[in-house]
Amino acid sequence: MATDTALATKPMAPPGPFLSFWRSFRENRGAVVGLAVVVSIILIAILAPVLAPHNPLEQFKGATKLPPFWAEGADPRFWLGTDAVGRDMVSRLMYGARISLFIGLSVMSVSMVTGITMGLAAAWFGGLVDVVIIRIMDLIMAIPSLVLAILIIAMIGPSLTNTIIAVTIVYLPRYVRLVRASALAELTKDYVTAAKVAGVRPFRLMAATVLPNCLAPLIVQAALGVSDAILEAAGLGFLGLGAQPPTPEWGAMLADTRDLMQSHPWVMAFPGLAILITVLAINLMGDGLRDALDPRLKRS
Amino acid sequence: MIRFFLKRLALTLPTFFALMLVTFMMIRLVPGDPIEVRRGERGISPERLAQLRHEMGLDQPVLKQFWDYAWGILHGDFGTSIISRTPVLHEFFTLFPATLELTLCAMVMATLVGVPAGVFAAVRRGKIYDQALMGAALTGYSMPIFWWGLILILVMSNTLHLTPVSGRVDLIKYYYQPVTGFALIDSLLSGQKGAFMDAVRHLILPTIVLGTVPLAVIARMTRSSMLEVLEEDYVRTARAKGLANWRVIGVHALRNALIPVITSIGLQVGTLLAGAVLTETIFSWPGVGKWLIESISRRDYPALQGGIMLISAAVIVVNLLVDLTYGLINPRIRHGH
Repeated sequence: MATDTALATKPMAPPGPFLSFWRSFRENRGAVVGLAVVVSIILIAILAPVLAPHNPLEQFKGATKLPPFWAEGADPRFWLGTDAVGRDMVSRLMYGARISLFIGLSVMSVSMVTGITMGLAAAWFGGLVDVVIIRIMDLIMAIPSLVLAILIIAMIGPSLTNTIIAVTIVYLPRYVRLVRASALAELTKDYVTAAKVAGVRPFRLMAATVLPNCLAPLIVQAALGVSDAILEAAGLGFLGLGAQPPTPEWGAMLADTRDLMQSHPWVMAFPGLAILITVLAINLMGDGLRDALDPRLKRS
Repeated sequence: MIRFFLKRLALTLPTFFALMLVTFMMIRLVPGDPIEVRRGERGISPERLAQLRHEMGLDQPVLKQFWDYAWGILHGDFGTSIISRTPVLHEFFTLFPATLELTLCAMVMATLVGVPAGVFAAVRRGKIYDQALMGAALTGYSMPIFWWGLILILVMSNTLHLTPVSGRVDLIKYYYQPVTGFALIDSLLSGQKGAFMDAVRHLILPTIVLGTVPLAVIARMTRSSMLEVLEEDYVRTARAKGLANWRVIGVHALRNALIPVITSIGLQVGTLLAGAVLTETIFSWPGVGKWLIESISRRDYPALQGGIMLISAAVIVVNLLVDLTYGLINPRIRHGH
């Protein structure tokens, strides 16, 4: 915000980093749409207790498997109908947004903090520390992500918290390797040598001098990491290894809709659509972030 | 080349070792009595417990136990399933061809559709085709495939009755002895009329579902790689020579643009082998992924332990093979540049 006022008083000053980022970000229409959708989903998640018409766990007897409002036989109390045991679909979807975003953001922040610490440590200390950290990350990457998540869940049991733990471990190597690689590249540069000569302590050097210069790819990875985590967690929920019923987690909501698929397709349609829209919006936003922050970085 | 081969092989050995360590620890960390966990029995008498403990070597020091476990694995002993009482290795190899067949089909589909789509998008950069294709690719990339599978079953099988819902072949109509384990080959070998087409029909939906994400990745990657190559001088030269447009794009540009794409295709085979877990669960495809999930719900921990070890090993081997092939094709990789 400070850059905005500075710009207003001194028109000739170059745009601040945030403003110049925003200018190139808004060029990308898809990214702006993605951002708008993501913001709406965040708002829905935060305001779920206010917005949701019903308790997501309350079962309305005699109102099971109701269709959405446009179909025949709909009940105006339940816009998107009810599930097999008469729980309100809209309310469950809204509370599901909380759970999915919570999973995505927790996984992202934990792996970000751990990844930065381990990546910087590997880059700074080198030698045995580097070898040990990189070998562990290589092992995690060698085991396919879903299989590793299943292995972890088998050990610690299925629950929402354990889903977050498992998915965090699965995605940790991406952050560690990214931070390590960018930090190693930065460490060879002159400004780092200058800071070293000036007597900056290692911790300050890594955290305050080197890290800010590694942030651009890390932010992009973080954004895309949220969507990957949401998908992975929903997959675990679908397999019955994630959040347990009656938690309104989108993946878990899909798990027991198979029998209803033919007769009541919407019970299956909505939770999947919610996952798709959320993940797609975050990915659109992430693509825009990447183009705006770091044009060299390309995602396959 | 031999040095490169040995170096790559040596790099996978610590990973195998660590994998053994992790799976060894896994079965110990599972909550519950270790013997009950491994035998799948409840309320074993104390005498029998002591006897079993001795039989299974659980009264030995942990290091000795790990040594025995590793020794067993090196000799092909991956434990015995609690439920079926057959060796895990045997179960794995019975089911693995189904997973492999599905994975290969998905990869072929993703490549055959993804590469032309990416090339087309790059050539028509910024046009409506490009935007539509890339929008579709990002949607595919963001797709929860378990839901995608259900939608396809609903539309294609339940409503339009075009494809079967589950399994590899209609067992009521056709029966044949598994020779290779691949339904496509075995059904042809069986000589039964219609069996092959039936196997194909069973493969269509799982292939689409499993291939969706790699298809999106390949299309996006081909496009960006193509865009880069189309800027190169030799493409301009080829155009200046007056070569036909399709020749410039299809021969000069594509050949170079495909190098990174091929690597990523190869590396995805490994990921897909494991990603088949969700697809196999949806379509009741009798492969290793579905078996893994069933082992969890049956609390068949030895099968789970051996299964995870074997699937990960298969993925490591596939990635190693991709690396080696790539080293064969591209000398720059081989010499470590």
